[in-house]
Amino acid sequence: MLRCQSLTQTYVSGGRPLTVLNDITFALERGGFLAIVGPSGSGKTTLLGLLAGLDRPASGTIELDGNDLGSLTEDQRARLRSEKVGFVFQSFQLIPTLTARENVQVPLELRGEPAHDRAQQLLDRVGLGDRADHYPAQLSGGEQQRVALARAFSIKPQILFADEPTGNLDAATGATIITLMEELNRELGTTLVLVTHDHDLAARARRTIRLSDGRIVEDSAA
Amino acid sequence: MIGPRFVLRMAWRESRSGRRRLWLLTGAITAGVAALVAINSFTQNLRTSVAEQAKALLGADLSITSRQKFSPRIDALIDSLIAPDPATQRPAGRRALEVTFPAMAYVPRTSGVRLVQVRAVEGGYPFYGAITTLPAGQWQSLTTTDGALVDPALLSALGAQVGDTLALGDARFPILGTVLNVPGDVGVATAFGPRVYVPARTLPATGLLRFGSRAGYAAYVRLAPGVPAQPIREKYRQALRQERAGIRTVEDDREDLTDALTRLGNYLGLVALIALLLGGLGVASAVHVFIKRKLDTIAVLRCLGATSREVFAVYLLQALVMGGIGSGIGAIVGVGLQQMLPVLFQGFLPVDVHVVPSPRAILLGMGLGLWVAGMFAALPLLAVRRISPLMTLRRDVEPSRGRRDAVDWISLLLLAGSVVALSVIQVGALVDGAVFSTGIGFALLFLWLAARGLISGLRRWFPHRLPYLWRQGLANLYRPANQTVTVVLALGFGAFLLATLFLVQHNLLRQFRPGGNGTRPNLMFFDIQPDQRAGVGEVLASSALSGTPLVPIVTMRITSIRGVPVPLAPPPDTTAADSGARGGRRARSAGPAGWALRREYRSTYRDTLTATEKLVQGAWWGPGVARPAPGQPALVSLDSDIASELAVKLGDEIVWNVGGAEVRSRVANLREIDWSRFDTNFFAVFQTGVLESAPQMFVTLVRADSATVRGKVQRSMAERYPNVTAIDLSQVQEAIEGILNRGALIVRFLALFSLVTGAIVLVGAVSASRLSRIREGVLLKTLGATRAQVLRILIAEYTALGVLAALASVFLASAAGWALAKWLFKQPFSLPALQLGGLTLLLLALTLSVGLWNSAEILKRAPLAVLREE
Repeated sequence: MLRCQSLTQTYVSGGRPLTVLNDITFALERGGFLAIVGPSGSGKTTLLGLLAGLDRPASGTIELDGNDLGSLTEDQRARLRSEKVGFVFQSFQLIPTLTARENVQVPLELRGEPAHDRAQQLLDRVGLGDRADHYPAQLSGGEQQRVALARAFSIKPQILFADEPTGNLDAATGATIITLMEELNRELGTTLVLVTHDHDLAARARRTIRLSDGRIVEDSAA
Repeated sequence: MIGPRFVLRMAWRESRSGRRRLWLLTGAITAGVAALVAINSFTQNLRTSVAEQAKALLGADLSITSRQKFSPRIDALIDSLIAPDPATQRPAGRRALEVTFPAMAYVPRTSGVRLVQVRAVEGGYPFYGAITTLPAGQWQSLTTTDGALVDPALLSALGAQVGDTLALGDARFPILGTVLNVPGDVGVATAFGPRVYVPARTLPATGLLRFGSRAGYAAYVRLAPGVPAQPIREKYRQALRQERAGIRTVEDDREDLTDALTRLGNYLGLVALIALLLGGLGVASAVHVFIKRKLDTIAVLRCLGATSREVFAVYLLQALVMGGIGSGIGAIVGVGLQQMLPVLFQGFLPVDVHVVPSPRAILLGMGLGLWVAGMFAALPLLAVRRISPLMTLRRDVEPSRGRRDAVDWISLLLLAGSVVALSVIQVGALVDGAVFSTGIGFALLFLWLAARGLISGLRRWFPHRLPYLWRQGLANLYRPANQTVTVVLALGFGAFLLATLFLVQHNLLRQFRPGGNGTRPNLMFFDIQPDQRAGVGEVLASSALSGTPLVPIVTMRITSIRGVPVPLAPPPDTTAADSGARGGRRARSAGPAGWALRREYRSTYRDTLTATEKLVQGAWWGPGVARPAPGQPALVSLDSDIASELAVKLGDEIVWNVGGAEVRSRVANLREIDWSRFDTNFFAVFQTGVLESAPQMFVTLVRADSATVRGKVQRSMAERYPNVTAIDLSQVQEAIEGILNRGALIVRFLALFSLVTGAIVLVGAVSASRLSRIREGVLLKTLGATRAQVLRILIAEYTALGVLAALASVFLASAAGWALAKWLFKQPFSLPALQLGGLTLLLLALTLSVGLWNSAEILKRAPLAVLREE
């Protein structure tokens, strides 16, 4: 499903090149559940961004469901995301000017698919069916993340990337989010990749990759 | 492919929260479209009205005009045109004669006297259209009663009323009424000489048409029904020119007038276009801020798989819809404004305008509005291409500021091209449109540089010693998402337009104001006959005045130059423009040489140069050269401009026809003349001893400071010598000021829309930073700042902004005004510091009030309320 080879990423910081990721190589099977862990600044989020095609690596290759991301243009990668990739963010990233249902509809509409009923079903599924017409500002953090989850699963993604999905939530709310993700993973066979600080959360993943200073220092599958 | 439905839906949803800001985009477009629709629609009305009233404009099918009495051949021609033709059973046509000349008129009962334009009419003119009078129907009574109909302005100038007796030369006329409307006449022209209509049969009784009188003769002809005028014009034009007469038809009048009015409307439309383009700047800046606010949303959309093209389309669609609404509102407002324009144009139009909204002007205005909204929105929208989806993960990822790429440059070029294209479309002429848009470009560039200069100057040399409140206010000018540049551009350009207009008006009027030393003449008497010379001196002396030595005037025409006879008519291929009574200017445009060759010259003779002329070539004949040697040609001095029009140089021989006698002359020198001075100036000056015995009249100039004295001496002169006409400089000045002020009012009215747009852009700029301003203000209050202190910060900021915009625009206007004075009007330039200071204050007040009014919320908010909103 996901394969990366000798992935390196450097940023220029304060005039000097800074290596954020160094020679990352791993592969993840379809339907897998991977947690990427590590201390702050270890390169977790950078890796996630590269895997999802939000950015280009300095060197190395990434293959997402058979597509070499390096050979795709920005817009082709966008198209790929709209077809196969779901996202959940630490700060939810709902569009503040759209209602909950409309937020869920966006990815479907980007694909030109009927969206209204499916969005409602998904909101029902995450327990927010009666809040569909509320705006993000009218929802609590946990509710917003559930909407984000519904949005992520609306297109039945092949793979879901989650960046600290529980980072802004209290423990109990975070747990329900993870449970929801696991259920959806089982129901739809979606591959899960999540970045987290949370040891409890990481422990629920079937595979863990630990990063330190931009290198893989531990891979539970190895 | 993702359907446009996504774009449509997202555009709609996305607009819900931002509508308040999007309305500003709408407002920015509205004022410009309104001004454009109003002026273009009105111009269309003018054209329609001219077409409808064309026959009434001339009042006849055709007219034959001349500066001299019709020759028997012309009389015969007119007779033949209206003669019935028994063979074809064509009935007779009709003819009406009109003689026009200036004269002094007064009412014996009252004290004033006024230079008027006498129109002696006969025979049922006008054949088409009607001259309206008060009391109604008095026009017809001229055919039976020996009375006068006058302009209302004359009654007020003379303190007279209907029923009074009007003295005109030796004749006395009862004033039958006033003329309210004469088709084809431009009202403001009467400011130079109110019209007095009298029956032609009374002319001899006035005794005014003497030798040298500057009279115009016209015959108005109504052809028999079914006889076309145009072929007659073609057939007789050449022949009439031989007789120094011109012929015009309704069609000529209609074409000329339509051309002139269309051109006028198109150029006024350019002023309106500026407002629209400034609105475009407002759109660009609103979109720029809008996009910055939408970074998160755009990043999420990109993350979810929307392509940059789709995101671009979402926001462009929003801009277009709001621009479309703005154009629609603008069109409605414009149609309303159009109703006001006839009031502004009153007196300038020779036709009665029927005001109706023109669909073409409305569509054009809305189209231009949409175009401007789209083009100006697209440029800042291109930045969405650079918003990385990575921003969803990392807040610190800035949209890459990267170098502009090809798409940016192409869009910029398209935008510049659009401005040129819009100007060209509006003005209907390629070069003028290009020049105009280049001018706009330079002005905007200057204002942009001024604003950028202020920002970077403030940054580099920040006045750290200022009190905190001022420092905070000034620092706001370069805060993130500041709108300093946009505001300076939009407000500054509006002010620049108004200031330039004012400067041009000021400098044009200045030359007509009497000189500061108070010794220059301000009253001119002319048409003095040789036998009246002593008497005129006596009249002046009785008012304790003395005139300049009498200046003789001899009328003459050119017979030949360097032995080549001057043809009476130009060669057939250059006869595009006919000359006639009102054709002096037309003929000039047809061919300067022809105009200069055939005109009547009013020349003088003397042995000194005057203060208003300068010798530029050759030598002046001294007082010693009293007369030419026997058999030698007379020495003549020419104006250097007329010499080049005639293509003569020093030493060339010119033969003149002076009252039937031939006078040979040799060009001895060339002079440069300052025509703007109120003085007697001549194209041709002869040496003394040649023209003394030729038929001549005299002119004298007088200085009289008191208006009462000027009035009295003119009155006594008119009573004693009715043929002597007087020009009172202060009246001329008043007339010119009146006309210029009225004309400037129209332009100023349209320029005002630029200022309105500037204010709207300012509102937009203030609300763009509204949230962070409120937060700051509240934070300051939380820290203990009083409302007065917060207010002072705002005042500091808007004062700096207003002063910068005002100074930049005044400076720019001064440069433009100076350039116009130097190259277009060829006059010295003066800067009215006081008035420009006033304009600066006005702009400052505008900036402050708009800025503070929009910031009221900052002052009102309680600290806690905002912190909770965080």
